[in-house]
Formats: sequence, structure tokens, C-alpha cells
Amino acid sequence: MLNASTLIRLGSIAAIAAAAVFGTAAQATDITGAGSSFVYPVLSKWSASYAEKTGNKLNYQSVGSGAGIAQIKEGTIDFGASDAPMKAEDLAKFGLGQFPVVVGGIVPVVNITGVQAGQLKLDGATLGDIFLGKITNWNDPKIAALNAGLALPAGKITVVHRSDGSGTSFNFTNYLSKVNPEWADKVKFGTSVDWPSGVGGKGNEGVSQYVRQIKGSIGYVEYAYAVKNKISWINLKNAAGAFVAPSAETFAAAAATADWASAKDFNLIMTNAPGANAWPITATTWVILYKQPKNAEHTKVAFDFFKWALENGQQQAASLDYVALPPALVKNIEAYWTSEFKH
Amino acid sequence: MQANDGVTAPGMIQEQRARRDARDDRLFGWLLKLCALLVLAALLGAAGATLWGGREAFGHFGLGFLASSAWDPGSDTYGALVPVYGTLVTSAIALLIAVPVSFGVAVYLSEVAPRWLRTPVASAIELLAGIPSIIYGMWGLFVFAPFFADHIKPWLTNYLGDKPDDGKLSWVAAHVPFVGKLFGSDSPFGASVLAAGIVLAVMIIPFISSVMREVFQTVPTRLKESAYALGSSTWEVVWDIVLPYTRSAVIGGIFLGLGRALGETMAVTFVLGNAMQLSPSLLDPGASIASTIANQFSEAAGMQKSALMALAFLLFVVTFIVLLIARLMLRRLAHKEGR
Repeated sequence: MLNASTLIRLGSIAAIAAAAVFGTAAQATDITGAGSSFVYPVLSKWSASYAEKTGNKLNYQSVGSGAGIAQIKEGTIDFGASDAPMKAEDLAKFGLGQFPVVVGGIVPVVNITGVQAGQLKLDGATLGDIFLGKITNWNDPKIAALNAGLALPAGKITVVHRSDGSGTSFNFTNYLSKVNPEWADKVKFGTSVDWPSGVGGKGNEGVSQYVRQIKGSIGYVEYAYAVKNKISWINLKNAAGAFVAPSAETFAAAAATADWASAKDFNLIMTNAPGANAWPITATTWVILYKQPKNAEHTKVAFDFFKWALENGQQQAASLDYVALPPALVKNIEAYWTSEFKH
Repeated sequence: MQANDGVTAPGMIQEQRARRDARDDRLFGWLLKLCALLVLAALLGAAGATLWGGREAFGHFGLGFLASSAWDPGSDTYGALVPVYGTLVTSAIALLIAVPVSFGVAVYLSEVAPRWLRTPVASAIELLAGIPSIIYGMWGLFVFAPFFADHIKPWLTNYLGDKPDDGKLSWVAAHVPFVGKLFGSDSPFGASVLAAGIVLAVMIIPFISSVMREVFQTVPTRLKESAYALGSSTWEVVWDIVLPYTRSAVIGGIFLGLGRALGETMAVTFVLGNAMQLSPSLLDPGASIASTIANQFSEAAGMQKSALMALAFLLFVVTFIVLLIARLMLRRLAHKEGR
């Protein structure tokens, strides 16, 4: 039978056990972040290596950029991560600062009989017209004009887009808004938009699944998903007028040629970057922190983590098909830290 | 003294006991009342919170929110017509398929199947009811939607739809109104309102059939035996004896399944196609209330978030109306039987 004294004894044992478990963990500083799912794989890889080195753990919740911004505004987490930059006035209002951490590419993918990865070439205006539902057949003269020598079958085009709100959609629609005036006018850009045509798949895996299932479909996914699922990506004409293939080099070229120096608070969406070898739909994720830290110790660890990641995390990023920031940009960011943040 | 004690003590003890029992009973009554009130408070709280969250959308769009088919985060215009329509139609398709099949399963298991088969099949159905909906969603996306697109959809569009591949309208599409529109589609993908309805049907069959089976077993054997003795076939026994005897419980089971279908989220999100467009065709992609919320909530802010909250409140309203209809039906039946 349980009586009072056994209860007390049990309670004290539990308390000692809890102290033993939590006591060891409390020696290292655990920092918490939340937001973008785009950056989640590379953040978790970085945090594993970083924990090995320093013992400090990073707990990241991949809840979506909007939720990440909301949580950092409420101050419930140490840093937020968002696929869309916050506006300078919003940052000022909440006393926040932001900087990019890693670069990734978004690639249009197709499923056309007889067309291999990298064979189909499109420019932004044509891609926009396809997603607007204005070009409905693969043998459309506009597509043929860009693809001399490639035999395209006469088949209906099925557009596949993301059904959930996402940073991938944000960057993709941002690119279309820059290169296709009708898109900019009718659909605009955002994490979710009113898609003029097609079917929506949930997540990168949903879109890649639909594209693989549906003959004649075109969708867009993060580069890593196209590689992993062996879906045919296409080449795109960039702002400099050259056709480029998605790869680590072209993503890096986009990040390097984007005009970061004149962007206040790194508020720059790098789609349609000007470089001769730049992949036009290149994206980054911004990390958002308080300029006046609410918890000095945690913020110090957070900065130490991002400094380590930006300077030493290239290899982990590359193994997941992300691209580390170019060294010049890392210098910019570190200068921004010393001038803007108290830590 | 001792003799006195012997007389009064049992009386006092009895009285004490009676008083204690009365107090315990009262306490127990309060405890039960608290449990029941907790459910009510949770329901009102959830409904109130969604209404409060959706106040901006309701205030801004007014009644137009219910009638508008626009869902455009770009210009911040939202309407609930497409998701509400999608929710109602997918659930209706699910019921249309699930009710007869579940009835068949239940009748087979309680009347026809050999005794050794009943328990294993009944446990299999209960297992099926326990599968998480995300598994149904994955199955729908990877297995059912491609199969539907390759084998079922072409047949439906060609023989019943108004946009057949060879351009020749079938007799049905040409002569029966609406059927052509219902099955006409020029999109080649499997994800659609009909596919979602079928996956939902598979999901709710275990619920409905296990309720039906349980209540069919409560029918007194002597009623059934009497009917058989009078020369009734199995069908006549089921239709004229078993079903009338269990009617209200059967309807209750059906509405339990319907409630699940209306609120189902993950499975539907994977096979519905998630297109915010109003199409009369069952073979075109659509959207449901729950799938729209699941898709957009994490990245939504401002008016979009409010519109999603308003949608959640509408789901409450839709479910409430459905349950109300169930109640009315049951009352009418009881009335008829009492006459």
C-alpha cells in the first residue's frame, strides 16, 4: 500500500533523478530557434557538429517562416528564421536585425516523354506564361523557339504547384513577378498565392510525387529534391541572357552577384540575380535576432553558432545541396553584427 | 451502560453512514457535472476562439465570405465557397459509398458468415479504424491517385463525361442532365474530389460497419428465428426485422462516420489536389476546409490567418448543422415508430 512516507520517498527519488538528468544538460547552453523549413536540414546538420565541438545544443522547430517571425516577435525563442526578409521598418519597430545564412536553389522540374534533365530550356516570361495557363501545350511555338533541335511532343501541360504556404513558393513567385509583367499584375508573389491553374501538392515531396506521376507536368522544387528523386530539371535563361543549369556554382554565382552592399538589413530577394552565370531562382533564409538581447547568454551562444556555421559550415551545406554564403558576404554580415548587435 | 451502547450504537452508525453516503453522493454528482461541463466549455471555447480569430474576416467580407469563391492571398481577398463546397461534396461521396458497403459488411458478419470467421474479420475492421489518417493519405498519394488516373478516370471521362478524349459524347452524357458536367475533365491527374471521396469512404467504413455490427448483434434471436420460421429469406430478416429494430443506432453510426469525414484533414490534403477553384466536375481538383487550413495556416498572417480561422468556425457550423439534421431525423423516426 502507498502511504505518506513511501510517497515522500518516491518523490525524493524522482527529484534526484530529475536533477541528475536535467543537471547535466543545464551545464551547456541550449538555444532555441523556430521558422523556415527550407533551412531545417542544414541547421540540424550544423547543430550536430556544433554540439560535438562545444556541447551547446540548438533546438530548432521547423514550423514555417510566418510562425518563426511571430515567435521571435513574442520573444519566446532565441532566433527566428524566415524565407522572406522582414521589412526594415518592421525590424526597427521590434528592435530586430536579420542576416542570410545559407543559399539554395529552386528548380523547375518537368515530366515530358523523351526529355532528359537539363535538355529543356525556358526563359522567365515563357515559364510565367506556362504557370499562368496561357501556354497549354508542350509544342507551343514559344517553347519551340527556345529549344531548337529538341523534339517536343504535342502534350497538354499540367502545372503542379505547392498547396501549402512556403518559402519555395515565395521565391518562385517572386521570380515570376520580376520577369513576367502579367504575373506581377495578376498573381503577385507570396508564400501562398491564388494559382491561376494546375494542381497543388503538399510540400516538396508532394510536388515531386505529382510531377513524377503526371505526364506532361511542370512543377518547382528545392534543388535537393530534384536530385534525390531524379526528376528532370530544366535550364533557365538568366538576367544576363545566358542559359544556365542549376548547380552549386550557379547558386553561388547568384549569391555573389546580388547587390548585398546596398541592401539595408540584407533586405534583398536574390531572384533574377545579374551575374553572367547566376541561377535565376536562388533563395536564402534570414536569421532574425534581437539587437538588444533579452537573454544575453543565449544570444551570445547563438552568435557563436552562426559565426562558426558561416565560417566552417560549407561542407555540411554542400553535402545537402545547399551552398555556403560567399566569403565577401560573410564579411559583410560580420561587420553588420558588430555595428548593429549588442552581444 | 453496555446494554445501552449496544442499542444506540448501530442506530448512530447507520445514521452517520446515511449522512456520509448522502454527502458522497452529492460530491459524486458535482464531479460528474464538472466532467460534463468541461466538455461543453471546451466546445464553446474552441468555437468562440475560432469566431474571435475570424472576426476580421467576417467583419471585412461580411456574408460575401460565404458566397465568394475567391481565395487570393496576393490581393488579400478571401471567400469560403470553394472549401465549404469541397468539404460537403467529398463527405457526401464518402457516405454514398461507405453506407451500403458498411451495411453489407455488418450483415455478413452478424448474419451470414460462419462463426469462426466473424471474430478475425471483426478485429481486422477495428484495426483498420485505428490506422492514422496520414497513412491513408500516403496510400492515396502514392498508390490510389496514380491508379485512379490510369484506370478509373479515363473510363469515367470517356463514358460519362462531356469532354471525352475522342470527342464523341456517350449516350449517358448526351441525354442525362448534369452527368456530363459531373464527370467531364481535361486534367490528367488522379487527385480530385472523387478520389478524395473514395479515400474518405475507405476511412469511415470501419467506423460505420463496426457500429452496425455491434447493434445488429443486439437483435433478440427469437425475433429473427420467428421470421425465419415464417419462411423469410435472410434479406427479408435483415431488412424487415434487424434494421427496424436497430434503426436509430445505425443512423447514429452513419453520422459518426460523417462527422469524421467532414473534419478529416491529412488524407484529404494529399488526394484532393488543393486547387482553389469551383468546378462542377468531380474529377477536377478541389479544396476542403480542413485541407485549406492545414496547407496555409503555418505561413499565414493578418487577414489570411483570420480568414482561415473563419473557415475553422464554419466547419463547426457545418458539423453542427449536420448533427442537428441527424437529431431531427432520429426524432421523426421515433415519432413514426411510436404512432
